[in-house]
Amino acid sequence: MKILVDKSAPFTHAPTSVQKTMATVLLALVPATLFNATLFGWPAVFMFLITLGSCLGAEAICLSWSNKPVLPTLFDGSAALTGWLLAMSLPPWAPWWIGVLGAVFAIFLAKQVFGGLGQNPFNPAMVGRVALLISFPVQMTAFIAPRPLFSSTAPGFIESLGITFAGRVDFDSISAASALGYVKTELSRGIPVSQSVPHLPDLMDIALGMHPGSFGETSALLILAGGLFLLARRVISWHIPTAVIGTLFVMGALFNAINPDRFTGGVFQVISGATFLGAFFIATDYVTSPVSKRGQLVYGCGIGLMTWIIRSFAGYPEGMAFAVLLMNALTPLIDHHIRPRPFGRTRKGEPLPLARGEK
Amino acid sequence: MKLFPIRGGIHPDYRKELTSEKPIVALPLPRLLYLPVQQHMGAPANITVQPGDQVKKGQVLAKGQGAVSAPIHAPTSGRIAEIANITAPHPSGLPQNTIILEPDGKDEWGDLPEPLADPFAATPQQIKDRVAGAGIVGMGGAAFPSAVKLGLGGSHKLEILLLNGAECEPYLTCDDRVMREYADQVVDGARIMAHALGTPRIVIAIERNKPQSLELIKKAAAAFANIDVADVPVQYPMGAERHLTQAVTGRETPARKLTADIGVVVHNVATARAVHQAVRFGRPLISRIVTVSGNAVREPKNIEVPLGTKVAELIDFCGGLAETPRRIISGGPMMGQPLPDLDVPVVKGTSGILALTAGEVNERPVQPCIRCGSCVSICPCGLVPVEMAAVIRHENMDAAVAWGVMDCVSCGSCSYICPSHIPLAQYFNYAKGRLNEQDRERRKRDLVKRLVEERAARLEKAAKAKREAAAARAAAQAAQAATAEANRVNP
Ligand code: SF4
Ligand code: SF4
Repeated sequence: MKILVDKSAPFTHAPTSVQKTMATVLLALVPATLFNATLFGWPAVFMFLITLGSCLGAEAICLSWSNKPVLPTLFDGSAALTGWLLAMSLPPWAPWWIGVLGAVFAIFLAKQVFGGLGQNPFNPAMVGRVALLISFPVQMTAFIAPRPLFSSTAPGFIESLGITFAGRVDFDSISAASALGYVKTELSRGIPVSQSVPHLPDLMDIALGMHPGSFGETSALLILAGGLFLLARRVISWHIPTAVIGTLFVMGALFNAINPDRFTGGVFQVISGATFLGAFFIATDYVTSPVSKRGQLVYGCGIGLMTWIIRSFAGYPEGMAFAVLLMNALTPLIDHHIRPRPFGRTRKGEPLPLARGEK
Repeated sequence: MKLFPIRGGIHPDYRKELTSEKPIVALPLPRLLYLPVQQHMGAPANITVQPGDQVKKGQVLAKGQGAVSAPIHAPTSGRIAEIANITAPHPSGLPQNTIILEPDGKDEWGDLPEPLADPFAATPQQIKDRVAGAGIVGMGGAAFPSAVKLGLGGSHKLEILLLNGAECEPYLTCDDRVMREYADQVVDGARIMAHALGTPRIVIAIERNKPQSLELIKKAAAAFANIDVADVPVQYPMGAERHLTQAVTGRETPARKLTADIGVVVHNVATARAVHQAVRFGRPLISRIVTVSGNAVREPKNIEVPLGTKVAELIDFCGGLAETPRRIISGGPMMGQPLPDLDVPVVKGTSGILALTAGEVNERPVQPCIRCGSCVSICPCGLVPVEMAAVIRHENMDAAVAWGVMDCVSCGSCSYICPSHIPLAQYFNYAKGRLNEQDRERRKRDLVKRLVEERAARLEKAAKAKREAAAARAAAQAAQAATAEANRVNP
């Protein structure tokens, strides 16, 4: 009997795998996705399926171009996750070509060009979203108020096909601003925050998702529940989400206290927009975030700070995607400079001084 | 007892229940025993017998040579059948010089050294010599000659003898059984070792998943005020020397120092029992307790095995294999060595023989690193395995050293946790091997360079001496000539 000795210890392995990790994240997104699909109706369902399918298709094409095994890699779940997150960050009634183009940007330009899974410096879903936002600002900000499936305001199945594939929709008549967008527009018209915020649906409705916004970011509470599920399953750790949300809250609360007419409050910053989706699902992307816990804190604070700055001062109402990409660029630097302290050494890497025991 | 946290680590599936309730059973004498001359760290032992010699149980067959080595004794009485090159229990599968002993079945003891009547009246040197003469090595798996470690009292100011009963490797229960069945011997051995080391305190550390061991050792140690029993948390690699020291004392051993430098010496519990046997009865180390386990084994057992028994006999004794194992391991699954087949002998450091099924080893194809950071959070040495592996893949050994690869204790936790199934620890072992090799080469080059330089200097010196002598001769001749000239001028 000859037994394999091609490998050295250990000869046991935790029940972990890339597939399992990705599947857990996808599972965590399911409740919010289902809720939003009902909320925004068939066009949103089509948009979601097209984006997801395009990402898988783009990945398969790239893999076969570079002669890599297609099926096993496709089943690692990473392309599905990218597609899913990209869809979550798009307007619910976006036309079909937005989803397809987003997939090309995300999978082809942001991921496969760099060598595929694990090699990409920037979060593919966010590259997709930002590239779309810059190229097609009108379509990418065409938000609508919720029209729950089967409700009287909801379009039927056939009508929805027209909306998604033939652009048969007049956004001018139905579009509505997201909470962040509304506050920003009002501010630019000289209306102080303290007067515009009371016009918004109340915070509880925003948290539940009953307001206009991107497909996945509106139901903050369900996203939060998914995030807590990931924490409980130890797929992510608390460091990044806490740092992102904490920083946003502190900046919001602080500046709101200083000038309530100009700045929205901490709770509003946290509940609105893509804060929870970004903090729990996007900023925590393994590939593009630092590997050490202290590094992750720095990275999370950076994202929170950049998001707040962009929301408060830049032309775009939402800044999460930009903030994530900016901090992605800093990840290698953070990883290089912030390392754990090695056993028996100082942070500088020198051996600890001998305190006792020498003769 | 106050304990201190250690960083990182993992909680693997321990699967100790396969053997933890199986009392130690003795293996019947096998037909042949195979005793490699190197069963320990350091220099191989020097064979002192010839084929055909009749030997008695406990008789020296090979003597230790040099400062770090250990002798080999006959596990039973019989005839030296042959001295040959036999496959050693090592993944390289390289043959090693091996004494083959054919037992005569009488199991007759030879002359043993006199027991030390009162070990606590003996000098540390006497105990050390006795331990060295008995061929005792670290039984936890490292197989470092114990006498050398018992000599640390001479060079260091020691405070604590830390007896390692953590047994943090999955499957293994041999230490657990030794503590449960021979608690008094373990405690006595520890006291003798503490006496040799000059440590006032003894701490016996046992992981909490061994409640019976904890209770029995506590009972055996109750009479001695200087012994504490610590119930350390179940956390791999709790049994690593530096980490156990930190868990018990809170002291962190500085990099590139020994635990002895901070006043602590760590010995294994089974080693303590062997010391007890050697000092109280003069018996050398000729057998050890081996855990035979894994789902591919029909009846997993804890067996007292004469050294030199082929692994195949152990497996037969356990009812044979239920299925073809995916891997056969000597030692624990986290840090053990893979065996190529069952045709290798049990040696002093063999704590376990595991026949593992594919389901148990859970191997999967390697996928690209997804930078999940799990390896970073669990590394008990505070290293960044993902970065180290990346630079080692590019053969950049200088960068690997800068990332701390030489501080890696090869515990395997990072490989264990990696969702992409990247064999990280294997990379680090490779890098350490390469670096040691480079180091040896550099030292060799330095030596050659020094020799060349010395030779050049010697030649230069000789040439200089020659030149000076020639110059002196010339000067003398010139002087002579001048005198002669002068004499001629002024007669
Ligand atoms: S555990 Fe594996 S996949 Fe995760 S960062 Fe480390 S090497 Fe990469
Ligand atoms: S094998 Fe080395 S790098 Fe990996 S966890 Fe253990 S000490 Fe850390």
